Amino acid sequence: MRFAELVPPRRTGYNFAFLDEYTKREVRRKILKAVALPGYQVPFASRELPIARGWGTGGLQITLSLLGPHDVLKVIDQGCDGSVNAVNLRQLVVLTTGIKTTFDTTQATIIQTRHRIPEEPLTEKQILVLQVPYPDALRIVEPSERKTRQMHAEQDYSRMWVYLYEDIVRWGEITIGARYPVLVHGRYIMDPSPIPRWDVPKLNMAETLYLFGAGREKRIYAIPPYTRVVPLEFKDHPFRVEDFSGQACFRCGSVNSFLDEIYDSRTGRKVYACSDTAYCDKRLGMRFSAGRNGL
Amino acid sequence: MGYVAVRGGTEAITEAMKMLRYFRLKGGSRPLEVRQIQEQLRLAVDRVMSEGSLYAPFHAALALKQAEGDTIEASFILRAYRSTLPRSYVSLPADTRQMRILRRISAAFKDIPGGQLLGPTRDYTQRLLDFTLVEEGEEQVAEFIEEYLKDLDIPEEIPSFPKVIELLRLEGLLAEEEPVKPEPPDITREPLTFPAPRQAALQVLARGETGGLLALAYSSMKGYGDIHPTIGELRVGYVPLRLKDSWGREVYAGRVLVTEAEVIARLEAVGEKGKPQFTLGYGLCFGHNELKAISMAVLDRAMRSTRPQVPAEDQEFVLSIVDGIESSGFAAHYKLPHYITFQSDLDRLRTARRYKGGEVE
Repeated sequence: MRFAELVPPRRTGYNFAFLDEYTKREVRRKILKAVALPGYQVPFASRELPIARGWGTGGLQITLSLLGPHDVLKVIDQGCDGSVNAVNLRQLVVLTTGIKTTFDTTQATIIQTRHRIPEEPLTEKQILVLQVPYPDALRIVEPSERKTRQMHAEQDYSRMWVYLYEDIVRWGEITIGARYPVLVHGRYIMDPSPIPRWDVPKLNMAETLYLFGAGREKRIYAIPPYTRVVPLEFKDHPFRVEDFSGQACFRCGSVNSFLDEIYDSRTGRKVYACSDTAYCDKRLGMRFSAGRNGL
Repeated sequence: MGYVAVRGGTEAITEAMKMLRYFRLKGGSRPLEVRQIQEQLRLAVDRVMSEGSLYAPFHAALALKQAEGDTIEASFILRAYRSTLPRSYVSLPADTRQMRILRRISAAFKDIPGGQLLGPTRDYTQRLLDFTLVEEGEEQVAEFIEEYLKDLDIPEEIPSFPKVIELLRLEGLLAEEEPVKPEPPDITREPLTFPAPRQAALQVLARGETGGLLALAYSSMKGYGDIHPTIGELRVGYVPLRLKDSWGREVYAGRVLVTEAEVIARLEAVGEKGKPQFTLGYGLCFGHNELKAISMAVLDRAMRSTRPQVPAEDQEFVLSIVDGIESSGFAAHYKLPHYITFQSDLDRLRTARRYKGGEVE
């Protein structure tokens, strides 16, 4: 692809994909470093965007740096394409690139997500970009960045293990819900972003490249395809995912997907529904609109 | 049904934007002119330029109008705009001794070379709500300005003012500044790592949120720390900026209004033969914002304590929390849906409750 193709004149007055080409190149270099060191947090000079810090600016900078004119983008928040923040992020990308977007997981080349990994399996041809609030899993045991960097360097993870042990002693189980810490390639303990435990096994030996961006904390990290990713667990207290036994999605009837608990606003009755709305719609045989205008 | 409500995001956003506009204008008064904000809400504009990290009074005023007076939101808008601008030049170091002074005071000495200049300040006024402003009319304003300028004694030559702290330094009572790198780091282009060099730390403070800096500096003044500052000098004025053009010539690029604070702090045995000396904390920010400059100077000094003991002395702690764009963005992000993480936590809570209830071992 020629460079000129990447920077067509745009009516917005902004560069293709908002960021200038030097910034994109820096982000891509940091991504390459992250891929070379699975699970290692690479500092990068996170730029200010017209989206607030904490609202997906890290993931967005990765996505904007990777997008080409022929990419097809899917943006989800809590598994949902139509969620307000997903709509807002998608609109910024569409406005500054004009690229195609989709709700269909299988059609997307790049998927930006907050808090979920789609239910449908991802392939080698796709990249999943996760938005990250806290890039360091050790933050729960040590607030200082200076110290956690040293702990990672020395692979000194004893305090993390003690934390998990004490949790079991006190509550009978590890109480970490989402953001469950994992060991990547036998080397770094990594925060997989606030995905549910349900999604953690999808990271292990996956076909897809997972990229993690923390804009406010200015860190990028990665899980390359076919990397061993193991949740922290004890032999007598194995890792387990959320328990939805006996429940099914009230819309599509799925018993194999992560479910949201919902209170019906009319009846007050509690029901369960797929958090991955595109997956749910597909099961119901609904058709997707892949258009230039996003939603 | 709740499930449907989370969809239809596009429509909801559009309607929310319309409502915002309606709430700004529904009172029926004349729309604010940006120029009015720029001239008459001068201190708000200065604060937004400083926290937004872009010296652009018109744009800051526009951001204030757009944000309905919310300075953090306005700074955020300005900061986002800033990141789209090309950086064509880097200015040469500016010498604040060349400042065209609007105001300049020292709390250390009664008489200082050049004299104390009160300038535009509310410091010695009673904070009585001024009801005469309710009826402030254009004629009255014109009359006042004419009257004021008529009696003004404008000097032929612009005086220059020596720095108060130079007096102490001449006597060897003030620690010398550590040498700095001629090419300063740029925190917007390189990630900050700790311990950060002082130049990078000052950059973070200079664009920090005024309230955040104030709270942290106050913690040190109040006793969580041991700085006890004396304001050696506080200056407000215009500093000329020069840059080198493509042919290597020095060119005058314009002037920026800044507030500069130099606080003198406790003794430290750093001089020759371990003789005690005063140490200096430095603060400088865009615009007229004395609280910010003073707070910055106190924090600069506190963070360089040899044995940090309290929050204000912990460089990583201070620098990681003072940025208003980052802290406000993150605090606001909790308004985003957290259904998934909450679902995950619910699952953990239910299991822990069963365990405590003896239902599982």
